[in-house]
Amino acid sequence: MAEYFTRMGDGSGVYMSAEEIKEDILKGVKDAADRGKIPELTEEEMDYLFAIVTMPGNIVGVERGCEVVNTSDSGSCKMTYHANIAMERSMAVMVSEKVLGADSVDIGNMDYSYKAVKQIVHNETPVMELAQLNAVMPVLYGSMPNLGLYTKPDGPVENWSELLPMAKIDEARAAQEEAVEHAVRDIVFVAGEMYEAGADGINLDTCGASGDADFLAGLIAIEKIKEKYPDLGVEMGAAGEFVLGMHGKLEYDGTRIAGLYPHKQVKLAEKAGANIFGAVVNTNTSMSFPWNIARTVTFVKACTEAAEIPVHVNVGMGVGGIPMTEIPPIDVVTRADKSLIEIGKADGL
Amino acid sequence: MSGIRTAGDLVLRMQLAKSMKINDAKKYVADRLGVKPIDLSDSDRMFEIRAEHGLGRPFDLNKSPKGIEAKFNISRILGIKINSVERFRERAGL
Repeated sequence: MAEYFTRMGDGSGVYMSAEEIKEDILKGVKDAADRGKIPELTEEEMDYLFAIVTMPGNIVGVERGCEVVNTSDSGSCKMTYHANIAMERSMAVMVSEKVLGADSVDIGNMDYSYKAVKQIVHNETPVMELAQLNAVMPVLYGSMPNLGLYTKPDGPVENWSELLPMAKIDEARAAQEEAVEHAVRDIVFVAGEMYEAGADGINLDTCGASGDADFLAGLIAIEKIKEKYPDLGVEMGAAGEFVLGMHGKLEYDGTRIAGLYPHKQVKLAEKAGANIFGAVVNTNTSMSFPWNIARTVTFVKACTEAAEIPVHVNVGMGVGGIPMTEIPPIDVVTRADKSLIEIGKADGL
Repeated sequence: MSGIRTAGDLVLRMQLAKSMKINDAKKYVADRLGVKPIDLSDSDRMFEIRAEHGLGRPFDLNKSPKGIEAKFNISRILGIKINSVERFRERAGL
């Protein structure tokens, strides 16, 4: 019986038979459809997904003409902070543009959070200004709402993660609501400074990392940014496939935020005024790549069908069908990309 | 799409500025450049087209538009405002 090389969600290699791969694809599709209450992939789409997973060649690519564009999350930091190459960030922008062929990149600070950036934004704007003089491609400024940073002792509000185990539900909710106000103020302030520095856009990355209040902070901030700077592009990236209900009762425009999956998250991003939505689907490290990518594509297809704005799927380590590993293997990365673009109809990555 | 090696930066600009989905953005850019959408991801075709319109290229010759200069041309060709171009105009008193 023929066996195909693929990987588990933790990146380790595994050989699977055609039957095992098909079974995992079906299970992944059904898991997404069940959780998100969305349509399953068609038989034809699942057959094509099987063909992509088992395609000969170490790497695969989309059909000519189906290429999509990319945005990034802390893109210029990958070389400077993460790879520890002694390089100023506007130089990393030029390397991204001229050497790596990026369609765009975002500049971010080492502490990729608007709260941290607010205090040093006067040293961040010159980096953006220099990058804008030299770069041709769009350059965004990116950070996270990161609501948890607003809790004591580092921040001004009570810590809801400590209050909740003590059954102080009302106090925990009040603390989150107060943190939203602080975060929105910081995000809009930084966006204004970056607008003056010539940024092409603001990336609100990993919205919802601290739960529904974190997601709400992103939405309200986008509204305010668009009121003040209508021409400034905004990308809203999600933190996960499912918004955690740390508060549980928060709503945006009449929709409860807790529990929303990507196809509903994107509708709120649209209402707030985001230009691009970054959908996230989490990888299960104990399941195979066929299972993970089938599940991801099912969620993404529902998201792109619901969306009126472009959807850029997050395909970093641990999301978008990509294994949870520091160095994502190129064989599954290219298969994930092809699947998300050709079946999921992603507008970008 | 490979950024300024092709027309990836231009397509992304339309997504960011006008929330265009990928195929709409490609069609818009292609129409403005007078080419077919499939040409936009052809680095050989785009090398010539970008030179013709002064849109910036990865390895550009002397006296060709670079950086902010190329973005003035991109803003005009695509018919959109580019923030850094507007800030440049303002600060240079243009």
